[in-house]
Formats: sequence, structure tokens, C-alpha cells
Amino acid sequence: MSNNSDNGKYKVIGTRPVRHDGAEKVMGKAIYGGDVRLSGMLFGQVLRSPHAHARIKSIDTSKAEELEGVRAVVTSADLPKTNEDDMIDLGEGMTRLKYIRDNILASDKVLYRGHAVAGVGAINQQTADEALSLIEVEYEVLPAVVNVLDAMKDNAPLLHDTLTTDEMGEQTDKTSNIAAHLQHKLGDPEKGFNEADIVIEHEFHTATVHQGYIEPHNGTAMWNPDGQLTIWTSTQGAFVVQKQTAAVLDHPISKVKVVPQEIGGGFGGKIPIYLEPVAALLSRKTGHPVKLLMTRAGVFEGTGPTPGSYVRLKLGADKSGKLVAGDCYLAFEAGGYPGSPMFCGCMCIFACYDVPNAIVNGYDVVVNKPKSAPYRAPGSTQVAFAIETMLDEIAEKIGMDSFDIRLLNAAKEGTRRVDDLVYPRIGCVETMEAGKASDHYNTPLEGPYRGRGIATGYWFNIGFKSCVTASVNEDGTVNLMEGSTDIGGSRTSIAMQFAEVLALPVEDVNPRVGDTGEIGYNDVTGGSRTTYATGYAAYNAAQDVKAQMIEIAAKHWELTADDVEFVDEFFKNKKDSSKQLTFKELAKIGSADDSPVIGKGSVNLGFHIGGSFATNIVDVEVDPETGKVTILRFTAIQDAGKAIHPSYVEGQMQGGSVQGIGWALNEEYFYNTDGKMENSTFLDYRIPTALDLPMIETIIVEVPNPTHPYGVRGVGEANIAPPPAAITNAIYNAIGVRFRELPMRPDRIIAALAAKRESEPMEAVAGS
Amino acid sequence: MNKIHVQSKINGENIEFLCEPRQSLLEVLREDLGFTGSKEGCNDGNCGACSVIMDGTLVDSCLVLAVEIQGKEITTVEGLATVDGLHPLQQKFLENASLQCGICTPGFLVAAKALLDHNSNPTEHEIRHWLAGNLCRCTGYDKIIRAVQEASAVVSKSA
Amino acid sequence: MKNFEYTAPNTLRKAISILADKNGNSRILAGGTDLIVQLRGSRFQAERVVDVKNIPELNELSYGSKKGLTIGAAVPCYRIYQNADCVERYPGLIDSAAIIGGIQIQGRASFGGNVCNSSPSADTIPVLIAYGSKCEIAGPNGKRRVPIEDFCTGPGKNVLQPDELLVSIRIPTIKNASGAHYLRFIPRNEMDIAVVGAGAYVELGNRKRTFKKVRIGLAAVAPTPLFAREASELIVGREVNDATIEAAAEAAKASSKPISDMRGTAEYRTHLVGVMTKRALQGAVKRARGGFVPNAVQEN
Repeated sequence: MSNNSDNGKYKVIGTRPVRHDGAEKVMGKAIYGGDVRLSGMLFGQVLRSPHAHARIKSIDTSKAEELEGVRAVVTSADLPKTNEDDMIDLGEGMTRLKYIRDNILASDKVLYRGHAVAGVGAINQQTADEALSLIEVEYEVLPAVVNVLDAMKDNAPLLHDTLTTDEMGEQTDKTSNIAAHLQHKLGDPEKGFNEADIVIEHEFHTATVHQGYIEPHNGTAMWNPDGQLTIWTSTQGAFVVQKQTAAVLDHPISKVKVVPQEIGGGFGGKIPIYLEPVAALLSRKTGHPVKLLMTRAGVFEGTGPTPGSYVRLKLGADKSGKLVAGDCYLAFEAGGYPGSPMFCGCMCIFACYDVPNAIVNGYDVVVNKPKSAPYRAPGSTQVAFAIETMLDEIAEKIGMDSFDIRLLNAAKEGTRRVDDLVYPRIGCVETMEAGKASDHYNTPLEGPYRGRGIATGYWFNIGFKSCVTASVNEDGTVNLMEGSTDIGGSRTSIAMQFAEVLALPVEDVNPRVGDTGEIGYNDVTGGSRTTYATGYAAYNAAQDVKAQMIEIAAKHWELTADDVEFVDEFFKNKKDSSKQLTFKELAKIGSADDSPVIGKGSVNLGFHIGGSFATNIVDVEVDPETGKVTILRFTAIQDAGKAIHPSYVEGQMQGGSVQGIGWALNEEYFYNTDGKMENSTFLDYRIPTALDLPMIETIIVEVPNPTHPYGVRGVGEANIAPPPAAITNAIYNAIGVRFRELPMRPDRIIAALAAKRESEPMEAVAGS
Repeated sequence: MNKIHVQSKINGENIEFLCEPRQSLLEVLREDLGFTGSKEGCNDGNCGACSVIMDGTLVDSCLVLAVEIQGKEITTVEGLATVDGLHPLQQKFLENASLQCGICTPGFLVAAKALLDHNSNPTEHEIRHWLAGNLCRCTGYDKIIRAVQEASAVVSKSA
Repeated sequence: MKNFEYTAPNTLRKAISILADKNGNSRILAGGTDLIVQLRGSRFQAERVVDVKNIPELNELSYGSKKGLTIGAAVPCYRIYQNADCVERYPGLIDSAAIIGGIQIQGRASFGGNVCNSSPSADTIPVLIAYGSKCEIAGPNGKRRVPIEDFCTGPGKNVLQPDELLVSIRIPTIKNASGAHYLRFIPRNEMDIAVVGAGAYVELGNRKRTFKKVRIGLAAVAPTPLFAREASELIVGREVNDATIEAAAEAAKASSKPISDMRGTAEYRTHLVGVMTKRALQGAVKRARGGFVPNAVQEN
């Protein structure tokens, strides 16, 4: 439950209203991207490469085109011609346009099993599906590399002929699978390690995992003969779709309109585009709207998972447990094209702690897997796995409580991070203290093969750009037009922040997510920014509305604006205290006598504008005969700054925790020796079911973010960082085995138990 | 290939349609009949987003051929609410914030309704076991289970 | 998938004559939870789908004190765990029926379909083997019975000829002091394919202190589900205790030849055979002695 420590300070914020889009969603009436229906619409499907790495020698689409009901087939030949050296900036620095186009439809090579090769448009879905088997592609199969360390070796198969390494800002000459090497350094790590009392170093491996949203990607496009292109899609960023689709198709942004539909999960994975340009090409060729819905296998094989990783971490501490030095080497799998969140991993590895001497070397490496896409705090989980388990190891060596060693080292306001950021006010200590004081932590755990573990993790909030407009209706309700697609209830949280300023009931604010033609530019719903930034824009819009309403009241009372104030839900006449008007009354007056009230809020809030820390406590039981791990109890603690709608903050914490549990225990991309992913179904890519989990307890901590009017910190992401580490620590506590590889599958647990028994025959395994 | 004529009852209404044998019930519901409430998440029976009730039994509509519903009664998510209001399950899902993106919600509501029809006072374990065939990636299931518990209290009281 | 002809005969004779028709390959549709997935994939196409759910014999679910239990091939799992005779007399079947897929799958999937799909990891077959079941098959030349352990001949393959279909599964009447239990290992708690499955049936003698009859069936450890004959016969006549059960478990391990695939390595599967056989025998013994062993739905 949220601790609304403001004690009645807020009227709307901190309450739990039913979300505005709730009724239509529970009635099955909400229109998601896959539900779009347009007159004369055709249905599409994408042909994907069966090979992990191959040259495309030829594509013959003639038989597919002849199948009755097929209206068009497209390949990369239908995209604009790309020169090898064309570069483009799509918001994350310069990248090769060829990479962007090739990922949509492969031109000369396929770089992962599932790589899109052709698209078909037909009169119904069954015909489009059937047509795929008639497209003949001749491949020259090449050796594949699906492991980051293998890809870094000198003799590894090269994915790109032109890729050289961005070596700390300078491009090398040597072609490589290593796309980038980044380094951060703080203080004097060598000296720190020399002076340390305890030095430990370990290697960690994490497998490729997918965001696992239940709704597959979709895209519907209508290319009018006048060049106007309209796209309906489920996306985390309509403006990203607009910009990237325009770039891929070499079409003016002014002629591309993106109409975002309801979205069935994203977690970062629905920021990149996949189907939209294919749908557009098919529409242009057929003159009809064309809808594509990705298959589940296509989602797993063709869209960005989070990187598998290798992390080597060395920590030095003094005998009181204080960290004095850190050295991290990390290599992330970018997939077929460069651009893993390696730089985020570099930022997060020491982010929870004050490590005065530290060095981080990060490597972005291409491998024959789908191009990685962001997944909820991208890179943070991989590195938390390393540091949070090693901290426990140090704590055990010196006989210190797990929370105490973290509190001793916790990052605070003023702590300088290895990437040179100095923290403003943050809640790292507070979440750990809440954990230490929690009912869960203070309830003894009993029973054989049971163990408890804790961990902490971090993610920052990006700010960037959001805007909203608010129009006041004559009955005093407000239409709030915003541009942040709503994946988890954000439209209500944004409306609540607007309503709070004007003391309106939140039901009187009607939020709507607009398309790119009707709202100004908004950055993505992602990066834990939406409640923060779009809420801030809504706050500003409400202030703007308030000022305009004050003008209306002033005119009505024949005063100047200085003589009107808004206090406690009333617009008050300062010259005559008997005169006051409610918002509703003033709206009615204004609608008769004044120009329409349109409020605007528009913000550009910078890159790193806050940060949220998350702490977990987990109890597990291990079946020593099968290796199966049962989660007995789980508590998620997170600093929300200010929980606007506590139910949705709790929901984010619970959702991220469960994704982390899956990541820890069962989820992985399984590759055969040819580099092909074998488990591209929800049967064998095993996300947790309701039967695999207990209730997820939540504790919301509120350390207000000084940069936001209500103190909001984005909470969407940090909660996925600690769970694998917490579970690893709990398993150690249960059976005395420390894992350094994810997932901690049952067979690995059995193998580790067997190895432990062999090496320590006289020592009792915990609980036996 | 001639289409087959099927007569069925969907959400209490007599409905007729033509379909090819290879079309699933999910496909016909969504594409031909306009019932887009049931969702396609995987098309192979592993996520439950397409759940419907067929002659009182909970099934995945992606694994039922449309021709098979001849003479049968189907309930989809669109059939849960009445003119008098939302079903208690729908109401409790809203009050408990049991949906975030909402794509799995229709499947969960239909599955939970089938559970309560069968057992109006299930334990937490029984609820979790029954709903194991419905995947959710956003909520971690906690608030879904609580909503079903609260709804079962309403339903069993009025029974 | 390619289009196909759909037909739903309402007699056994009609169904057989359709299957015997050599013009085109036909697949049999009961619950569809395997077939429809396979038709969508590239494994095979069908020119004709024969829906057998209208044939009375395939929907029969009945118990007689002499003839035992008859499960029509199209009877879905949920009818089995709602059937009082099955619940009371054949709890091992309920163990299986309650864990195949989730509730939605159990609303459609049939024991007969699971048997005819003939996957090495089939969840119905180990306990059917344990119960000593027989498959009743009908074809143009009449009916024949095949012991369940001989039905499957390889992954996805069985003894059915193209013009035959499985009509029902016959399980003998249960004896006094007998019990059966099926369990499997999966990484989650539901929805997975068995990494290893073990079904055991025991009859106890000598005041329920010794094993009078034992049958152990295993899944996912060989190209077909296995009747672990040596392990079963090894402990007949021996006292019911941990050591005896352990001996059977070890013998079961020895008779397994699992492969390594994405669901488990050979080493891990072999290890699990021992664990699951032991637990299946323990459960069967407990039930034979009148004790309660929960299935997946029930709690302790």
C-alpha cells in the first residue's frame, strides 16, 4: 500500500480512480492495432529467413504472385536504393541507413533466423500465409556466431564487411564484430585495489531473453495516390514510427501520419519499427490498405530481445565492507546490427553505490541474433546480477548483514558515478531501509532447502519532449489531448496531474492519445518518462488554463487578473470576498462570453532527470531432487518519488518483478548448433504463469524528485533490475551454491548440487 | 473450395456465417463477425488470449475450427456485460487495476467467468491453477487474482 | 494452412470408409489441440479433416465392474476429471487429465488424441501403460486390440494403418489394494511439455506390505513412451519400503534412453527418471493404502 505521507495535501494525486479507458478494455471494445478494420483492407504476412547467417543470392516471387488472392509481393528491391555510406540520425546518434532498411527487409544478407526477407499482401490472412511457401529464396548459408565472446574472437565469422570499431570515440580500420568500445573511469582503480583488504573477481553470463509482450507487432498502412501515407499501429512512440518509416521509405515526414492504436505491451520492444514500412510498400503497390500482424514465432525470431551478456566484475573492499575499487568488463550482444544498450550497462553497474575508484569497459558486439531492442531498464538487470551477488559474497566473508553492506555503500545525493554524473536527491538509501524494516525481512524463514536473498537495482528517468493541449468544455469538463501512447494506465496518471492543479474530479478530465497530425511532438512512452514528463506538460497546461480562467473571471468581475486568485477549488474575487466561482460556473460563463480556453503545456526536460531505486526481498525453496525453484514470498520496494496513482505504481513493480523472476529461472533463447532459435513459442519460451507465483508484495517509498512539481520519479523500469540477483542470493542461502549464469534452470541446479556434494562430501548442504 | 454454412449462438444471439474449413473460430470471430475482443497472442494454444466459452466449456478459440461450432453456444468477452452493467469480474478488474496494457484481459475475464460458473468460491490455489493457461506479462498476476477473489465473493453471495 | 475438406461422419462405418478412400490424405480431428497446430506449421498438410466427435463409440465414457473403464477416443480431458467413476477408481487418469496444457486445452484435448499423436512425451500414455490399458482399433477388416505399450512405434508414429482409427481405450477394473499415480517434471507448474513423465500402478499384497503387481510407464525418455518392464517386475514380491522403491527407480533409469533437446539434456532426464519413478511409486502406494495424494488442482 502506498504511504500517502502528504496527509490530505492532494485532492486527486495518490487516489486510485478507475482508469478512463477501463470500461472499453474490459468489454473487449478497445481497438488495438490488430483490431483495425478498413474498407477494402488486404492482409499481409512476412517471409522470414530460416538461416542464422546467409547471403541472399536470389528471390523469386513469381509463384507467390500467381496464387489466387495474392495482390502484391515486396522485397528490399521495393525500398529506395541505399548507398553503403548513407548515414542517418534517428535520435540516437548517426547510424547506417542500410542497417535500418535491411532490418526491415534484408537486401544482400540475412543476419539472424527470422530476418524479414519479403512481404505479401492478399485478400485474406490464410492466403497471405499460404503465399509465403511459394516465394523461392536462394541462400548461400554462412557460418553463424551466436555467443558474444565467440563473436569477439579474431576468427569469428564477420556479420558486416564494413563494420569497424568505435574505439572510445575513434573509428578503427579493422573490420570486426565489435561495434563499439566505451570506457568510464573514476579515481584510481589500481591504487584502490592495491589498498583493498578483500578483492574478488567473477565472470557472469546471461542468456538472450525477450520482452514477451502478449500482443504481437502489427501495422496497417494506406498509401494514397497523392502520397499521403497513414499508418495505424501499436507503438510506444507514434513520432518514432513517423520518423523512421519516413526515413526507410525516403518519404517526407509531412506526408506520413501515424495513428497509434491501443497497445498490448511493449516494455521497450515496440519502440523500433518492423512491419510499418512493409505495410506501406504493399499498400502503395496495391492501392489498398494493408494490415500485417506478426506471428508469435516472428515476434521471437524477428524482433529485438535484450542482449545476452558477459560481465566480468572485480570488486575491492576494506574490512569494514566499504567498496574501494571496482573494475567491470562487459560485452553485450547487439544482435545483427550495432546498438545494444551497452552504454546503459556501463552506467548502471556501480549506480547503487559510492565506488570512488572505478573503471568500466563496455563492448557492443554484433551476433547472428535479432537486433536487440530495449527491454525495461536495458542492461541494468545484466549488471545488477553481477554486483548484487558479489556484494553478498563480500558481506558473507566479513559476517555482515546483506542490507547493512548495501547501506554502508549506498549512493546518496552528491555521490559521483563512474560516468561522471553527480547524483541529485535520490532514494537509494530509503528503499534499502524500507527493505530492512519490512515485515518480510523480519519474518524468520524456516524449513529445509529454503533461503532468502535481497538485491537492489537502478534505472534513471529520461525527460525529453512532451506536449499536451487542454480544451475546456462548457460544462467544466476538460478534453486533454496528449501524445504518449498508454501501455499501462498513464493517460489517467497524466489526467490526474492536470486535475490536481485545478482541483477537478479526475472523471471530469478526458484524456486522449492523439495521432501525429493532431498533437505536437512527443517522445516515446518508455525510459520511465511518461508519468514524469507528459505529466509535467499536463501540469503546465493546467497552469495555462488556470491563467486563462482567471482572465475570464477578471473580465466577468471587471477586475484585472491580479485581483483574482484560485484557492481551494474556487476562483475568488480578492476585492469582494462574497464573490467566488467554481471552475464549472466559470467555464459556463466563458463559453458564452469568451474565446475558447485552450491550455498548452510543452516541455523538453533533458536526458537524465531523476532516478529510481528498487530493492527486492525473495524467499525461495529448492527441490533438491529436481532442481526446481519455488518462489515462496516476494517483496518489491521502489522509490516512486510521488505515486500519482498507487495502483499503477504497484502494478509496474509487480510486473517488472515477475519478468525478472522469469529471467532468473526459466527464460532464454535456445539455439541449436546452426545458430537457429528453437523455442520460438510460448510453450518453450517459458514466461511465468499465475501458478508459478505467489502474491507480489509492494512497498512504495516516496523520496520526491526535486525536478518535478509533484516529485514524480518514473517507476516503470528499475523494478526488473534486482530480481535475478535477489533470487541468486536466495538460492545460495538455500543450497549453498552461487550461480553466475542465467537462467538458473533446474538442470543447472541439479548439476551444481551434484558438484557441490562431490567437492564437500562431509559438509552438510543447507537444510539437509 | 466451397464455404461451409454455420449456424451458432454467440453471446445469446443467433448468428450465421460462411467460412472455409481451415479458418479458426478466433479468425471468424475477429475478421468476419466483428468480435475483436478475443485476441490473437500466439495462435497455438499457449497464451489464452483467445479464450471463449463453448457450450459451457472454456477453450482456446484459436484451436477450434469455426465449422465445429455448428449448433453450439459461444460466449466471448463481449457477452459478459449486460444492459444493466458490467459483470462483477469486469468491475473488480477495474477497481483493482488488474489490467495494464489490457490485451490479455478479455481472455482472463472469460476464463475467470468459466471458473466462477464452475466453482463460485475458489481458493487462491484453485484460481491460479485455473488461470495458468492465460499469460499476462504486465501485471505479475497479483491484482488479477485479487479481482477474481473479490468477484467470487459478489457472485457467490448473489447465487 | 492450405484449404482442406471437412467432414464429420456420425457413424464408425462412415468414418472408416472415408479413411479408406485412397484419394487424398486425411487427418482425424478430435480436440484439435495438436492437429490444428500441426496443420498451421510446415509438418504436413491435410487434404481432408475427418471430425470424429459425432461418432457415439468415440464419445463413450463408462465403467462396468467386469469390463472396466472405456474411454472413447474423442472424450476430452475435462469429462474425465468430472466423471465420478474416474475420480474414484482411476485417480491416476485424473493426474494426467488435469495437467495437459491448461484448462482451455483440457476443454478440448482427448486422451485418444494424445495417444494417437504418439509423442514420446505424451502425458496420458505412462499412466495408461501403468493401468495395463488396451487400444481398441477399428478398420475395414473389423476391430483389433493393441496393448498401449505397443501402440506407439516412434516419435509421432503408431500402429494405425491409414484406414484405421482408434475407437476407445480400455482399462481393466481396478483391484483391491491398488493405486496409481502419474506425475511429470516440468520447469514451470503448468503448460509445459513433460521433461520426464512417470506413471505407476501397484497392487499390494500381504496386508498391503508387499508389491503384488507393479507397472511403470515413462514418457520423454525414449523414442516412444516406455513400459519399464524390468523395473516393474524387479520389485514384485518385495517389501514396500524406500530401498525397494529406490531399486525400481534405478532400474527405470537403466531402461531409459533419453535424448538431449531444448527441453532437457540426456543426463538431466536420466536423473529425473529416478526421481519421478520413485515419486510415482510412492504416490501409487499411498493411494493403494487409502491415503490422499493430491493432483495438480488439489492442495495437500
